[in-house]
Order: sequence, then C-alpha cells, then structure tokens
Amino acid sequence: MTALQAHLPALQVVVPMLSAPLAMLLREHRLSWTLATAASLCAFAIAIALTLAVFDTGGMRYLMGSWPAPFGIELGVDAMSALLLLVVTGASSLALIAGASSLDREIEVERQPLFYAAWLLALAGLCGILVTADAFNIFVFMEISALASYVLIAGGPDRRALLAVFKYLVMGTIGATFYLIGVGLIYLMTGTLNLDDIVYRIDEVAELKPILIAAGFISVGLALKAAIFPLHVWLPNAYTFAPHVVTVFLAACSTKVALYVLLRFNFVVFKPYLEGHDLKFAIFALPLALLAILVGSAVAMFESNLKRMLAWSSVAQIGYITLGAGLVSVAGLTAGLLHIFNHALAKAALFLALACLAVSVSKLRIENIGGIAKRMPWTMAAFVLAGLSLIGVPGTAGFISKWYLITATFDSGSLGVLLVAVIVVSSLMAVVYIWRVVECAYFREAEEVQSAREAPLMLLLPTWAAVLLNFYFGLFPGVPLELSSSAANLLLGQVP
Amino acid sequence: MNFLGIYYYWVFAILLMVGFYAVIAKLNLIKKLIGLSLFQAAVFLLYITVGKVEGGTAPIFASAAGERLFSNPLPQVLILTAIVVGISTTALGLGIIVRIKEEYGTIEEQEIQEIDRQ
Repeated sequence: MTALQAHLPALQVVVPMLSAPLAMLLREHRLSWTLATAASLCAFAIAIALTLAVFDTGGMRYLMGSWPAPFGIELGVDAMSALLLLVVTGASSLALIAGASSLDREIEVERQPLFYAAWLLALAGLCGILVTADAFNIFVFMEISALASYVLIAGGPDRRALLAVFKYLVMGTIGATFYLIGVGLIYLMTGTLNLDDIVYRIDEVAELKPILIAAGFISVGLALKAAIFPLHVWLPNAYTFAPHVVTVFLAACSTKVALYVLLRFNFVVFKPYLEGHDLKFAIFALPLALLAILVGSAVAMFESNLKRMLAWSSVAQIGYITLGAGLVSVAGLTAGLLHIFNHALAKAALFLALACLAVSVSKLRIENIGGIAKRMPWTMAAFVLAGLSLIGVPGTAGFISKWYLITATFDSGSLGVLLVAVIVVSSLMAVVYIWRVVECAYFREAEEVQSAREAPLMLLLPTWAAVLLNFYFGLFPGVPLELSSSAANLLLGQVP
Repeated sequence: MNFLGIYYYWVFAILLMVGFYAVIAKLNLIKKLIGLSLFQAAVFLLYITVGKVEGGTAPIFASAAGERLFSNPLPQVLILTAIVVGISTTALGLGIIVRIKEEYGTIEEQEIQEIDRQ
C-alpha cells in the first residue's frame, strides 16, 4: 500500500492516459464504455486518496523518473490541486455513467470507442495540469486536454458544433501560445521551469521587466482558456452544441482548471517577488469579474436555448470565482476556490438534467418544454433543486460559497458594498432565468411533450447523485471548505 | 540601444503579429489556420533564439576535447514538443475544416453563419 501510495500523483495521470488507447482498441462500444468508466472511477479513487494524503501531511511531492528537481520534472499535490482533482475526476465519472444511455443517441456506435479514447485523454490532460509542478509540462497537458476536448465537442450530431469548435480551437491555441511565450520569457530570465524554483530565481533577476511581460502574457493566455469576460466568446456555442454529457464534463472542469493555473501563477509564482503584483492582479481581475457577472446573468435571462442559457450563466459564475480571487485576501480566495467546487456541482447537475430532458425533447428550447414536468417529474425536480443551488438558496452548496464571497467582499473596504450589490443583483437574475424554465415546465402546455416519457434510470441516477451532493455539501461543507481555505493560505504564502 | 543586434527578436515579434492579424482578419477558415500556424512558429523561433550561444556547438560531450561552448539544448527540446503540439493542432483544425466543407459546402465563415441563421 505504502509503495503504491508514493506513486499516486503519477498514477493520477498514467491511469487515464494508458486506458485511452485501450478504449480505442476494444472496438466494442459497451466494452470501451466500461473501461473508460472504470478508469475514470479509478482516477476518482486516486484523487480521494490524494486528498486524504493532503489532509494527513499537507501535500505530496513526486520526482518523475527519480530525477532530482529542478532538473527533472516534479509533480506536486497540495490542497488546491486536490480540490480540483476531486472536481475533475468526479465530474468525469458522473458524466460517463450518464453517457451510457445518453451518448447512444448522439454518436454512432462504431465511433464511440474513439470518443471514449478522446474523453480519457482529456481527463489525463486535466489531471496532468493539476498534479505537475513544471511550467512547460502544464503547457503540454493543457494542449492534450484541449485537443481532446475539441474532438469531444465536435463529436455530436449538430453540425453547428463544427464552427463552434473551430473558434474554440483558434482561441484556445492563441491562449496556449500566449502562455508559451510567457513561459519562454520566464525561462529566458530565470533558466528554470520548475514552479517552486522560478519563485526564488525571480528574486535574483536584476531586470524584472521581462518577468512582468511574461506575467501579462500568461495571465491573458490563461484568461482566454478560462473564458474570463470578455474572452469568453468561444464558450456559449461550444457548450451548446457539444453532446450533452460532454457539456457536463467540460462545464465542470476545463475552465476551472485554467483558472487554477492562472491563480497558481499569479499568486505562487509572481506575487512573492514582483512588487505590487497583487494590486495589479486585482485591477486586472475585478472589473472583468464584475462585467462577467452582470453580462453573463443578463444574457442568460433572455436566452431561450436552455443549454446556451446555462452556458452564459457559467460565464457569470466564472466571474464570481475571479471576483473572489481579485480580492486578494484569504477570505476572498477561499470563497473563489469553494465556488469552483460548488459551481461544478450545481452546473453538472443542471446539465445532467438537460441531458435527461434531451431524451424526450428534440430541441432544448424554452418554448418546447411547456408542461414537461407532468411527463418527467423526476428530471424537472432535479433541475429545480440544482437551480436552487445555482441561485444560492440556503441549504445548498451554492449558498455556502456565495455567503463566503459576500462576507469576503464586505471586508474589502468601501468598494465592498458595490461588489455585494453586484452579487445580489446577479443572484436575482439567476432566480429569473431559472424561474423562466420552471414556469414553462410546470405551468405551460406544449404539444411536443405529449409523448414525452421519463428519462432512463441510468441517466436519472447520476443526475440525482449530483443533486443530492449539492445538498450534502450545502449542509456539511467541511471537506471542500477546509481544502479551499488551506489552499487560499498556501496561495497567499501564509501558514494556516 | 543596439537595434539590429537583436533583430531575431524583431523577427519573432513581426511574425507573431502577421500570424495574429491573419487569424483575426481573414474569414476563410484555411487562411485563419495558416495564420495560427505562423503565430505558433513565431514562438518556436523565440525559444530557439533563447537557446543560442554565440560560437556554441552541439552539446555532445567528447572527453578529449576539453572545454567547449555549447548551445543550450533545453529550449530546443522544449520546442520540439511544442512543434508536435502545433502539428496536432493544425491537423485537427484541418480535419474540422474538412467536416465543415462536407456539411456546409463552404469554408467562408460568413457564408456558414448565414446558412446557420436560416
């Protein structure tokens, strides 16, 4: 056990990565689904084991091939990566389980093994970003996950996905290349790629201007990947036209992982020795966050395509996370990180509910689901409860992070009142756009839904699992809260 | 300031902007992708430039040769990986364009958007 435990950080990446070619070689779609789900659950188990190790010892280090850092590639797992690993592997597992019955409708059976291979590669890439402590390694894993997720999004039957994915590819590549320029400039000045090593070398660098430019390139590049307003334009269409369970997976993970890298660079790498960097980061992040929150929620209110409505709501939620980070305080970062976790829960549940709806409704538009609640009571109940968590009603996970966010903003001085007002207004807008769906589904009539039947159990189970997790973590927020507060202390360089 | 002495960085910057311009301004998807490749290639040149040591040779240790000046091999190794990533991106992009052409019969962004609006 202990011998295996030491290798867990590497296994987190290796398991899904090696399962990917196997899933492709199996050729039979049920077999490769079983393998993919097993690999994803295995990755989830590893993430739990790593989280326990983080609780025990505070973190794990792993030298790839036993080459001493900073010469070799070092892997490192701490509270922040553990939190994100739980989100990524958990969302992937839930979405895959739901995919068993949902994907057959969207992807031909013969192509499914290839699809699962791409899925596992995306998972491996996302896990890789989270465990590695090497700046260039992050780039490689980022592109592995990005290329695989382009394939996933384009895999569906909707041809509009193709143009959406092309835009995502162009913007994602620009983002990654910006990141690469930044890493190149850092290497130019410090001669190292190990994140922990860079921190100390920056102190020795005489001319800080290239580092500052690198910080700009890295921040903008990652903001593109994380869909921080106004760099979010690829997101709504990519989420809308992707196969439903892919939306569940990506909405919960891909932008959050980019945010993780953004926070890690700005706080762990740049903040200690770049003078006034936290202020610069706040000036960069806060206005964009506010715009994202307001514009995202406002557009969601008027959107009648359900998936695109939730995608715009994601733009707003990314704004909350950036807002928490932009406050540059332990409380703010805790709230932001907690919201990464809780928003992933709420959005996964909502998109899963939409995947259930899609079984009976061909076009997921608001006017097509009138009266559907009578036909699909369980699906709509799940949607409503997950919607409550998105809005932030007490008792749900969404409430916890919004509460922490509001407390943190109140502490941030005179600006705080304005920020709180924005959060409250945006939450009210969330009430509006969730209510529009509820009103339509419960109190209207539409012809199309007469033949609708409740979604299959294989879809309802993961949906309700996600919904119940929203309530569980709303009532007992211990684990994610502890992880995010120790991660926030870590980011600000304070010993808890 | 030695303006021409750092001309390779100018090559990097100009190439980067040419590529970026093509990505933004061109509406033909293939031209966009060409721009994207140029954009990436510029960064490859940045890395190669960083690793160059004046008068340096390939980093091969020969015990008899004694002290020798080597170019830094690490950026070249890094950029080899980045080139592979770039090729995969271009290949995937071209694959998507082929699918777009099959579905829509055109690869002009505006025409595709008009078809979608109908």
